[in-house]
Order: sequence, then structure tokens, then C-alpha cells
Amino acid sequence: MRHIISILLENEAGALSRVAGLFSARGYNIESLTVAPTEDPSLSRMTIVTSGSEEVLEQITKQLNKLIDVIKVVDLSEAAHIERELMLIKVRAAGKDREEMKRMAEIFRGRIIDVTESTYVVELTGPGAKLDAFIQALDGSLILETVRTGVSGIGRGDRILKV
Amino acid sequence: MMMTGAEIVIRCLQEEKVEYVFGYPGGSVLHIYDELFKQDKVKHILVRHEQAAVHAADGLARSSHKVGVAMVTSGPGATNAVTGIATAYMDSIPLVIITGQVPTAYIGQDAFQECDTVGITRPCVKHNFLVKDVRDLAVTMKKAFHIASTGRPGPVVVDIPKDITAAKCEFDYPKTIQMRSYNTVVKGHLGQIRKAVQLLLDAKRPMIYTGGGVILSNAADPLTRLVRRLGFPVCNTLMGLGAYPAGDRQFLGMPGMHGTVEANMAMQNSDVLLAIGARFDDRVIGNPEHFSDVPRKIIHIDIDPSSISKRVKVDVPIVGSVPDVLEEMLRLLDADKAKPDATALADWWATIGGWRGKNCMRYEAKSDVIMPQYVIEKLHEITGGEAIITSDVGQHQMWAAQYYKFEKPRRWLNSGGLGTMGVGLPYAIGAAFANPDRPVACVTGEGSIQMCIQELSTAKQFRLPIKIISLNNRYLGMVRQWQEMFYGSRYSESYMDSLPDFVKLAEAYGHVGIRVDRPEDVEPALRKAFIEHKNELVFIDFRTDPKANVFPMVAAGKGLSEMILAEDL
Ligand SMILES: Cc1cc2nc3c(=O)[nH]c(=O)nc-3n(C[C@H](O)[C@H](O)[C@H](O)COP(=O)(O)OP(=O)(O)OC[C@H]3O[C@@H](n4cnc5c(N)ncnc54)[C@H](O)[C@@H]3O)c2cc1C
Ligand SMILES: Cc1ncc(C[n+]2csc(CCOP(=O)(O)OP(=O)(O)O)c2C)c(N)n1
Ligand SMILES: [Mg+2]
Repeated sequence: MRHIISILLENEAGALSRVAGLFSARGYNIESLTVAPTEDPSLSRMTIVTSGSEEVLEQITKQLNKLIDVIKVVDLSEAAHIERELMLIKVRAAGKDREEMKRMAEIFRGRIIDVTESTYVVELTGPGAKLDAFIQALDGSLILETVRTGVSGIGRGDRILKV
Repeated sequence: MMMTGAEIVIRCLQEEKVEYVFGYPGGSVLHIYDELFKQDKVKHILVRHEQAAVHAADGLARSSHKVGVAMVTSGPGATNAVTGIATAYMDSIPLVIITGQVPTAYIGQDAFQECDTVGITRPCVKHNFLVKDVRDLAVTMKKAFHIASTGRPGPVVVDIPKDITAAKCEFDYPKTIQMRSYNTVVKGHLGQIRKAVQLLLDAKRPMIYTGGGVILSNAADPLTRLVRRLGFPVCNTLMGLGAYPAGDRQFLGMPGMHGTVEANMAMQNSDVLLAIGARFDDRVIGNPEHFSDVPRKIIHIDIDPSSISKRVKVDVPIVGSVPDVLEEMLRLLDADKAKPDATALADWWATIGGWRGKNCMRYEAKSDVIMPQYVIEKLHEITGGEAIITSDVGQHQMWAAQYYKFEKPRRWLNSGGLGTMGVGLPYAIGAAFANPDRPVACVTGEGSIQMCIQELSTAKQFRLPIKIISLNNRYLGMVRQWQEMFYGSRYSESYMDSLPDFVKLAEAYGHVGIRVDRPEDVEPALRKAFIEHKNELVFIDFRTDPKANVFPMVAAGKGLSEMILAEDL
């Protein structure tokens, strides 16, 4: 099962490698990992997308909580939440493809943020699945480059992760 | 008052009432060594290899419930210390290890004796710090001692660049420390404890299985009271020996790979299993599927939530510290005046009596060759069971665990989790400093002792009257045993050729050496060592049966009830 784990941790040098090291040492999967400081610069917020059985997920949460720099851990996927990911995708946009690319970007509510004679850079935000769908919908030979941030997640309503 | 970082380090150690630091100097810690020289509260014990510095600090911690402290230089000093750190980590031993580092401005430039100590040790410490500002130094030291000694204990590394030890700032050592990201639960959840007590009272075939957590939290006393109050059988893991008196009728011995028939069968066949500060290690429960085959309710008390339901699904988890939870259980039992099911218990004890009747620790004494088990039995007799026994890793370790009947906690020091050959002598050194009035014996093998043999020199310098009980079977015996049993007796590289003359070696280091070849000389040699040479280090080289094996044995991947006994072969 796919899970989105949200972590609040001390914004200390080495905190990221402690988390990453834990996942590799214990053989847990990381599908994506994003991290950045919060409104309080002494804190970082991390989102990890992982997968595993119920037992593995229980261990992941416990082991994360055990790290000294980690303050709080929640499994966002346990309740209502929102996930978003940003993708920048550079595509070939010459001749007959130019119009088609523009149309596809519009359908997916993407924005073209860089234009040359033969290329576009499209910016697209949404749940991971939507970004996957966009890639699927394009002719693969036209994709020049993709960059994805990995998923960021937040609980809905009063589900708040704070110190 | 303004102080240099080096002075601050020493002042912090004084504030923490650290009596001994085990260490080895080098370039990046020279400022600190200079400050050590100028005071006499903190005594430095110069070892002969950094691995032994950490093991000795670890031995001090295991035998005294204090935080052990080691200090080493950057680069090779730190990498030599890694085995010691990993050993302590696996057994949850509280240590603070101070490592020197190249000056801050040189970090990352492949400077002389630079290594990424924080990176290298990250997976084998409870936590580590790189101090980048002298103003953070005192607080970091406080945090290090706090983290090492609270919750599930463990080693903490403080990596200090040389320029930080020269820089100055005001010294202010915090009395207490609060960390928003680190809190430990001590009291167990009352509802869970109630549930557990009810399960115990309803049990027909109860079993209590305790581990290192009971020793680490000094809970032998409440454990003994609870076990007696309930009248249940109890076993102690390799790390938990001494938590319950081995001579008591309710004690079934050690469970696991080399545990007793009665302990393993009672673990396997119990309907309610109470696990206390023990982590369901693979060497204890054998094959987890086989273990879970039998329906039983498991109650698990542990301070570390990640120890619970890690390898075996638990029915009643209780996160908390052993003494607190056991006192609460005792209180509930007394308040309810409740009693376990006496008839069921009598039946259960009768079944256990049957397993006990197998007398699985029996071995055949021989008149022409020394049996290793016999040496340990005599060691127990001559020390009156009062010695601190350290051991290395191998067959001798198992015989020491099986035949030295530990009555009290913190008398048995060994590397269980990492299984590090070489710990025995440095553990004895640490234990001797922490327990100057108690005899300390190191049970070892001719393989293991050579992994830290250089510490005979440290023992001489500090006149430590350690007794080295070497069960010299001329083999890496534990390896040979597996090869005999599972590899068609193909003894690949397990024979120890060209052994030194240990008697002469001991003498070369300035100690007493004795060689014993015959069974009738075992006892006189031990007497000589413990009485005549009471105040000296004595190395006894016992030439033991090279073919002796450790039994019972649960082979890797097998279940607890599939033990191999000596008589089966
Ligand atoms: C050659 C060899 C053979 C071995 N054979 C055996 C064998 O036959 N039988 C055997 O038992 N072992 C054997 N071992 C040892 C084995 O590998 C493990 O090290 C050992 O079984 C673990 O012991 P433990 O479960 O008591 O856990 P420990 O490693 O001692 O862990 C302690 C547990 O207590 C918890 N704890 C700590 N403090 C507290 C507190 N205050 N309150 C509550 N909980 C706390 C910790 O979180 C942890 O879960 C062998 C080792 C070697 C090298
Ligand atoms: C540092 C290290 N290397 C290798 C091993 C694997 N090992 C476990 S027991 C053993 C043999 C130990 O021989 P010895 O000290 O003579 O003890 P014996 O088993 O003969 O009593 C070995 C090599 C280990 N535990 N530790
Ligand atoms: Mg040997």
C-alpha cells in the first residue's frame, strides 16, 4: 500500500541524512522525499511517499519517531488529506506538434512558462497521478526532460501537524 | 568565566561526575589532553587501541549503571572506535564518545586525519553531534549525556573540531535539559497494565521472558517480587542473565539457540507470554513462523515502541520503563488480592518438570581432557558466584552463560547483539575500574583473546588483578561446531595454527601465566589465581577438549521445540 508520511523535524544539518539513512539501512522504500524549512525556520517539514505492509508502516513510523531530530510523524494517508506535486516538463514543440502541445497543456491546466522556436516548458501541479496521466497522454518521443518535486502533503480541515 | 573549548569539555565531564575516561591521544584532541593534564578529578586511562577504549568504557557502564566515556582522535582514532560503538549500540549501552575532528575550515578538504565521523557512525549511534561553534559545546555535552542515559540507552558521539577546542566562550553548564524532539515515556498506560494483569491471572500456561531491559533499568528487585508473587516460571535472555537468581526453583535458565529445554519448551508452549525488556531476537525465538504457530497471548513491556511488534505480533503492548510498570502491576495484584489459577499452574509446573528431567546441561566429565563446562563450574565454585564475569564471543561465551549461575544483575558482561570477539579483556578493564573490590574474570577463547591482547599492557599499567580464563580449544570453536554440524566437518579456516605460548606472553607483559592440561589441575590453578595471586593479573591457559560442542542447540531457521541435544548425536 502507498502511504504519505509527513514529518516535522529540527532544521539541523544532518537531519535529512538521518532519515534517508534510516530508510536505506532498514530496507524501506522511498518513492519520493521532499523537505524544506517551515514558517518557523528552526523546523523542517518533510513528506515521504513510501509503500509496504501494515507491519512495515508501523515500524517506519516508530523508527522515525525514534530519531532524535524528529518531532512528529503522521501517516497522512490514514485520513482526509491533500497531496500536490509540481512538474516541469520540457517538450518538443515544432511544426504540427506546437498546437497539439498547447492544447494538451490547457486540458491538464498546465502553464507554458518557457517558449523557444522548437520547445515549451510546461508547469503542472497536482496529485502524482495527474502528473503521471499527463506524461502518459503525451507522445513519448516529444518529451525532452522532466523534473518532479515529489509529493508534498497536508491534512484536511483540523488535522494540523505542529509543535 | 571565559574558557577554551578544551577546558569546557573537561569541566562538562567533571559536572557529570565522570571518574574515568578511556582514551588515546592524537593531533586533533591535543588541546583537550592538555586540559586533562592540568586537573585530577577526571582520570584518563590510556588503552593500547581505540577499539578497547570504547569497550572499556562500555564495560564500566554495563557493570555500574553509569555512562561510560571514551575519547579518541580524528581519522584513524575514530574509525578504530567504530566497532566499540556498534557493539554498545546493539546492546543499548549508555556511552559518550568524544572524537577529535580536523579544524572547521578544513572539513571536507581531505585534510590530514580527516574522516566523516558523524557520517560513519550515524547508523550505529543513538545520536551524534558535530560541534561547529564553541558556544554550543556545553549544551551539546549535556544533551549527549542526557540522550545516552535516558529512554532506551545508547552511545552518543560528540565530534569536536580542533579549532573549537581552542576558541573561547563563557562556560555555563545547564543543570537540566529539555528537547522538544526527544521525550521518553516512563510510566506505562494504566489501562494496558490492567489488561495485562488480567491476562496473567487467567493464564493456564504462563511464562515470563526477560531481557537486557531489566538489567539496564535496575529492575531485578521488582522483577523478582513479581515472579515470586505470581509463582510463574521465568527465563532470562543472554543479555538478561542475573536479573533473576539462577539458583531459584522458578528459574528455567536461558531461552534460545543455546538455551535450556525447559526454557524453550515453556516459551513455545505458553498460552500467555510476558516479555519484559527483551526484543524477540532471532537467537531467542528461532524461526518466527514456527514460534507464532502456537496461539498465545503476548504482553510486551518495552521503553522503545519500535521493539514492540517488530518481529512478533504483540497483543498487549506496554510502552514504559520496566521498574515503573512492574511496580504498577504489583500494586494492582495486591489491591485485587487476586491469585493465579492454582490448579492450572500445578499442571503446568508438572509439565515443566518433565522437560527439566531431561537434564539438558548434563555433560560427560573426562579424566584425560579438560571439559570447558567443568572449568566454568569450578570458576563459579571458587569465586562463590560473586565475581564479575566478562566474556568474548564463541563457545566459551555460551558455556560461561550456561554454567556460571548468575544470581545478581551486572555480574555478566558480554556482547550479545553484535557478537564482537575481543570485548572480553577491555570489558574486564572497565569493570575493574568501576568495581575495585570485586573479583573480575574474563572467560575467553584463544581466538578472541588475540583480538584485543594488547590490553594486557593497559592492565599492567593500572595494576588490574583481572583473571583471564582462556578455554583454549585450538579452534575457532563456534565456527568449527557449525562446520561439523552443517558443513560435513569441512573445517575451513577454523583451526588456530601457530598459537603463541600464552604463559610466556602473559609474562612478557609482566603478568602471571599458568598453563593447565589436566582436569585435576583445574581447581588448584583457579585457587592459585584467585587466592595466591589475588592482586595480580593471572592468565590461565586451559587446554580444553578441542571437540566439545555447545548444547542444546536450535539450528538457524528451526523452531524452539526442535532442539538438538548432546545425546542426539
Ligand atoms: C554466539 C552467540 C549466541 C547467542 N545465543 C543466544 C541464546 O541462545 N539465547 C539468547 O537469549 N541470546 C543469545 N545471543 C544473544 C542475542 O544475539 C541477543 O543479543 C539477545 O538475545 C538480546 O537480548 P534481549 O532480548 O534481552 O535484548 P537487549 O539487546 O538486551 O535489548 C534490551 C531491550 O530492552 C529495552 N529496554 C531498555 N531499557 C528499558 C527500560 N528502562 N524499560 C523497558 N525496556 C527497556 C530495549 O528497548 C530493548 O528492546 C547469542 C549471541 C551470540 C553472540
Ligand atoms: C570480530 C569477529 N569476527 C568474527 C566473528 C565470528 N565468530 C564467532 S565465534 C568465532 C570463534 C571464536 O573463537 P574462540 O575465541 O577461540 O572461541 P571458541 O568458540 O573456540 O570458544 C568466530 C570467528 C565474530 N563473532 N567477531
Ligand atoms: Mg577457541
